[in-house]
Amino acid sequence: MLYREAGQFKVSYAKDQQIFPIRQDRIALLAVAFAAFVLVPLFGNQYWLSAIFIPFLIFSLATLGLNILTGYAGQLSLGTAAFMAVGAFAAYNFILRVPGMPLLVAFILAGVCAAMVGIVFGLPSLRIKGFYLAVATLAAQFFVIWALVRVPWFSNYSSSGVITAQKMVMFGFVFDTPTKKYLLTLAIVTVLALAAKNLVRSSTGRAWMAVRDMDVAASVIGIRLIRTKLLAFAVSSFYCGVAGALFAFAYLGTVEPEAFTLDLSFRILFMVIIGGMGSILGSFLGAGFIVLLPTVLNVLVHKLNATLQSAFNWQLPPGITSNLELMVFGGLIIFFLIVEPHGLARLWQIGKEKLRLWPFPH
Amino acid sequence: MSFFFEVLIGGLLAGIMYSLVALGFVLIYKASGVFNFAQGAMIFFAALTFVGLLEADLNFWVAIGITMIAMVVLGLVTERVVLRPLVNQPQITLFMATIGLTFFIEGVTQMFWGSTPRALELGIRDQPFEWLMEKADLNVSQFDLFAAFVSAAMVTGLAIFFQKTRIGRALRAVADDHQAAMSIGIPLQQIWGIVWAVAGFVALVAGLLWGARNGVSFALTFVALKALPVLILGGFESVPGAIIGGLIIGAAEKLAEVYLGPFVGGGIESWVAYVIALVFLLFRPEGLFGEKHIDRV
Amino acid sequence: MSTEQRSGGEIVLKLDNISLAFGGVKALTDVSMDVREHEVRAIIGPNGAGKSSMLNVINGVYHPQQGTISFRGKVRRDMDTHDAAAQGIARTFQNIALFRGMSVLDNIMTGRNLKMRSSFIEQAIWFGRARREELDNRRKVEEVIDFLEIQHVRKTPVGRLPYGLQKRVELARALAAEPSMLLLDEPMAGMNVEEKQDMCRFILDVNEQYGTTIVLIEHDMGVVMDISDRVVVLDYGKKIGDGSPDDVRGNQAVIDAYLGVAH
Repeated sequence: MLYREAGQFKVSYAKDQQIFPIRQDRIALLAVAFAAFVLVPLFGNQYWLSAIFIPFLIFSLATLGLNILTGYAGQLSLGTAAFMAVGAFAAYNFILRVPGMPLLVAFILAGVCAAMVGIVFGLPSLRIKGFYLAVATLAAQFFVIWALVRVPWFSNYSSSGVITAQKMVMFGFVFDTPTKKYLLTLAIVTVLALAAKNLVRSSTGRAWMAVRDMDVAASVIGIRLIRTKLLAFAVSSFYCGVAGALFAFAYLGTVEPEAFTLDLSFRILFMVIIGGMGSILGSFLGAGFIVLLPTVLNVLVHKLNATLQSAFNWQLPPGITSNLELMVFGGLIIFFLIVEPHGLARLWQIGKEKLRLWPFPH
Repeated sequence: MSFFFEVLIGGLLAGIMYSLVALGFVLIYKASGVFNFAQGAMIFFAALTFVGLLEADLNFWVAIGITMIAMVVLGLVTERVVLRPLVNQPQITLFMATIGLTFFIEGVTQMFWGSTPRALELGIRDQPFEWLMEKADLNVSQFDLFAAFVSAAMVTGLAIFFQKTRIGRALRAVADDHQAAMSIGIPLQQIWGIVWAVAGFVALVAGLLWGARNGVSFALTFVALKALPVLILGGFESVPGAIIGGLIIGAAEKLAEVYLGPFVGGGIESWVAYVIALVFLLFRPEGLFGEKHIDRV
Repeated sequence: MSTEQRSGGEIVLKLDNISLAFGGVKALTDVSMDVREHEVRAIIGPNGAGKSSMLNVINGVYHPQQGTISFRGKVRRDMDTHDAAAQGIARTFQNIALFRGMSVLDNIMTGRNLKMRSSFIEQAIWFGRARREELDNRRKVEEVIDFLEIQHVRKTPVGRLPYGLQKRVELARALAAEPSMLLLDEPMAGMNVEEKQDMCRFILDVNEQYGTTIVLIEHDMGVVMDISDRVVVLDYGKKIGDGSPDDVRGNQAVIDAYLGVAH
């Protein structure tokens, strides 16, 4: 009864093209925005902000990037973490070496650097597809990390390539508390998410999806495959680069190239799959799911241990959580690929469709 | 000059071991068209199970036997639970499912046997082979030679199996066209069972050799990643290709590390194989022995 | 509405001595034909005669080993798909080549891809040129949707549509590009009588209202004889007939080809 489109007529194409055409959705969105921008900073405790919300936002951004490349444009990539690394180290170097470099400009330039690296490693996509392309992106993953370690200039000649991100300062305002870092990250991610949504619903996004679905038909329509694919690599890597910069500046503080492992690339790919390929909302859902999962598992294991301890005087061996995590990740990937390849986003849509009819069954 | 040969031989020997890993991939790909990324996790599973059983004081051969059974079960369960439901999906989906499977198998393996790295003793030590040392002044590891010999034997055995036996022919038929194979009476389920059993055996041998060489730990899973450049060079469907590809990658990797490495700071082993594969992909995507695919419009 | 009036246009497409082979398979051997502006030109022939290959050569999907193509006066060795689209050639495919992950509306909008000029940065910002462009093109696409009477399914993912509607959507996508020449590869395959009549009507409307040149592969002889101005007949990659429908109908070689007389 609550969630209906009845009575909401679109009297212009402009109205039909809104991101949230259903009024209830807009209200929900306002509520979420209010919660995110106002409630969380006011009431959120420091731990949740720094350990859950900030990484959630950062990974959502990286997942958005990978989703653009793999979900919308259909180019499989296993090198996401490498592009993040480029962003992190580029931002560090820009602020370090260019006096008076504004923070946001440094982030943007970091994204651009990542985009350029993305284009270079995306060039093979012009001749190869599918998991052959995945191998090319693996080359990117290993090469970039190696380069960041071996070329001491990147880490300002520190040992083993570790860098400490500088303080984030904008117009004299220092972002040092978790709350301030959270708000800055939230603002950046919101703007970029909106940009991504705009991109995918205009001709660029359609060109990407066309190339993904049937590239011969796309080229017959006049879509330039080279430009489209490379643009996907560029935009995707830009997003991953900015995410990497935020990863270093707003989350970890100190990073080394080895933090951007193949494992991280896989994790982000999992976020894309579980959240839903080819969905902006899905990127957030997937990232949230995977960021929260270890915490949830931890709590569950604790509770289980407490019960086991009192009942049988025996506990699960320590370290079981990390193995459980692997099993749950792997199992969920398989589950989603079999049952709902379009991920949580599709489940969400189905939920909304059911909600439209509620309380009627059909 | 002898140093060059030492490096070359070392590379070739490592290459044969890569071929062994690649072989596992080729088998599954030939039979079911699936690129089984989880092969690495299966190698890890085999090695760790074997070591675990040895630690439980079981006899060497009994341990191998039990591990072998476990591998076959693992393979059959994988085929049933993961691959069959996804049978008509695009290759990318199957590939990603095997990535998920990798994580799952890793989790299960470590949960069962623990995560501490172990050593695996096969009785052959990593020492220079005396005979070659004396005759040709070449420093070549005994263990490497042994591993290469075992790998070569397996690869040759499998190549013959595929080409000459009835079952091998049936496997090739299934790989080419499931429907057609079924229509001439080839029992698909049995064939797949056999394939996974053989792949499991290959994973076991690979696990033992690599485990003895590098120790049995989580990192063993990533040995499988090295197989990818080998497969690209050799073609995903070719057993001889896996051999040649492995040799080339192994040799190129070692030579590049020794001769080019010092100019760029070393450590290029981590990526040089992939870059070689990448360059190869740009000029000959189907590999040296693979089949060319032509898209019909 | 006599055919004599319509076949008076200038020659807009000319194929000279085109030969196309794939390895040992000779798809086309020394085929020459021309197409006049505003006409409806049919290509017919038994299965495997090379008809689809002809279309693929015209719009650049295949590159012939020999021969030249001249479109609007410019002679070339082969066509480039992007050039073909930019010069106003649009087509449909024998096996529907729609983008399965997108809705009907989005599929048709991709047809207008070449008309959209805003850069990706402008599109990311949305407000301003990108939004205006999107709305303008949406209006044009809605005209095509009205023309082909598919308003009721515009938001449906194309994979869910029945075959006949999918074919119509594919035609809509081609029309959305406002082409000067339309290549149709068996547009009526698999349709029942009513659907065929609808499709015929659409094709003729396009030809009459917009003056679009139509090159059409079709197996239904009734349709071919009814709506085409001139017909080319192919068999085993060679041209065996060329002329008005009546000429071709009486041509012995054509009759032999269809009846399967050994040659």
